[in-house]
Amino acid sequence: MGAGHAHPLYLPGTSPLHRAPPQCKIAASLLFVLAVVATPREAFWAFGLYAVALAGVATVGRVPLTLLARRLVIELPFLLFAVFLPFVGQGERVEVLGVPMAVGGLWGAWNIVAKGTLGVAASAIVAATTPVAELLRGLERLRLPKLLVTIAGFMVRYADVIADEVRRMRIARISRGHDPRWIWQARAVAASAGTLFIRSYERGERVYLAMVSRGYAGAMPVLEDLGATRAQWLAALCLPAMAALVAATAWGVRP
Amino acid sequence: MTPALEVEGVAFAYPDGHQALFGVSFAIQRGERVALLGPNGAGKTTLVLQCNGVLMPGAGRVVVTGLPVATEHLKEIRRRVGIVFQDPDDQLFMPTVAEDVAFGPANLGLRGAELETRVKAALAAVGMEEHAGRPPHHLSFGQRRRVAVATVLAMEPDILILDEPSSNLDPASRRELAEIVTGLDVTILMVTHDLPYALQLCPRALVMNGGAITADGPTAELLANAERLAANRLELPFGFDPAALRAH
Repeated sequence: MGAGHAHPLYLPGTSPLHRAPPQCKIAASLLFVLAVVATPREAFWAFGLYAVALAGVATVGRVPLTLLARRLVIELPFLLFAVFLPFVGQGERVEVLGVPMAVGGLWGAWNIVAKGTLGVAASAIVAATTPVAELLRGLERLRLPKLLVTIAGFMVRYADVIADEVRRMRIARISRGHDPRWIWQARAVAASAGTLFIRSYERGERVYLAMVSRGYAGAMPVLEDLGATRAQWLAALCLPAMAALVAATAWGVRP
Repeated sequence: MTPALEVEGVAFAYPDGHQALFGVSFAIQRGERVALLGPNGAGKTTLVLQCNGVLMPGAGRVVVTGLPVATEHLKEIRRRVGIVFQDPDDQLFMPTVAEDVAFGPANLGLRGAELETRVKAALAAVGMEEHAGRPPHHLSFGQRRRVAVATVLAMEPDILILDEPSSNLDPASRRELAEIVTGLDVTILMVTHDLPYALQLCPRALVMNGGAITADGPTAELLANAERLAANRLELPFGFDPAALRAH
């Protein structure tokens, strides 16, 4: 508490990427990911180009590549699935270091690893250069339904409060000698989850009451209009435009 | 002069049949600072929610600077009555402090420079200007309580209602909040069972018990009457000398 950090994923800074309007960054990263996904998996060179481009963007945003690499760890559970594909896949097989692997599975695994990694890296760059509050405003500017943005905002706001409650309840449990090691000892944890649900529900009611007391009548007020200029949009769309070009070329030169 | 808040014979029962208020009447003049004292379950919070029309009385009426609390002008009533709730985490829900302070006045239709001026003035009144851009959950508890006060001040209310303002505050934050409250030029109704705090901030006190007002008078006199306090389940903290209060 009290520290100046805005959010664990955000990296404070004043780079051009930090100053870019959030809606441009969100749209650009989404379009970039679409282009990457649409690229034929055989075009290794295209994925290389994408990676270089992303590294360039990260450098502009002063996001250290080592940090970016560490944040990619989040996709490991998904990659685990990809690792199995070459072993369980059907059809033609090749020997890799003496282990027989399905060719189709290898391609599938490569496809997931390459496209997944590029997608996660793109979103990690956006997250590192945009505070959560601005992300929400960007989504609103992109005409995401206001109700959804409001719900997302509440989730971000109260995640810490609820996590804190979970922590306090856990400490209170273990202080009374609770030491869960086996699944059949999960009863107390489950009961805590129930209590937590009721508490959060009641908090929701209190928050609503406080909002109504300040004149809330069903719609969040629009505080400021953070419109992006044409130049900002053009700058932001450079990356997805380049990616679209690469993807189209990859399809064109495909044997 | 029209009182800032007038409560006349207000009775209220919750939908489940539990009767919380039995004919409550009192008036608060403009510029007064009044404490509403009473044990847990006395009906204090229920009464507070009648003042801005979140709950509507089953009988009796509430008038805020001449305007009766009724469905057709709830918006204006909620501008006139600012409630600071007990848990600042319930009150502060926007991504940044400044946005949260702007929420109320923006609901009143303020925009642009006017809105910005309000937000700045409200944050300055509680000494939190330099935290305007921070998310509320990264502030200390005392700071959050002060921001909660600012969110309501930004609506420029005629009467400020504070629900248990001293709860969970450390002594320094408690003193800082007291300094802010005494520095405000606004009518205040302070709900509390922190009797020394009531004595420090409010010259007049109402005592509530079992859904009715059981005493109304100068705070120092009320607190000096040990029997009356005991009858209302109120107690001064250990070491507090009621005799010393008379001299207050």
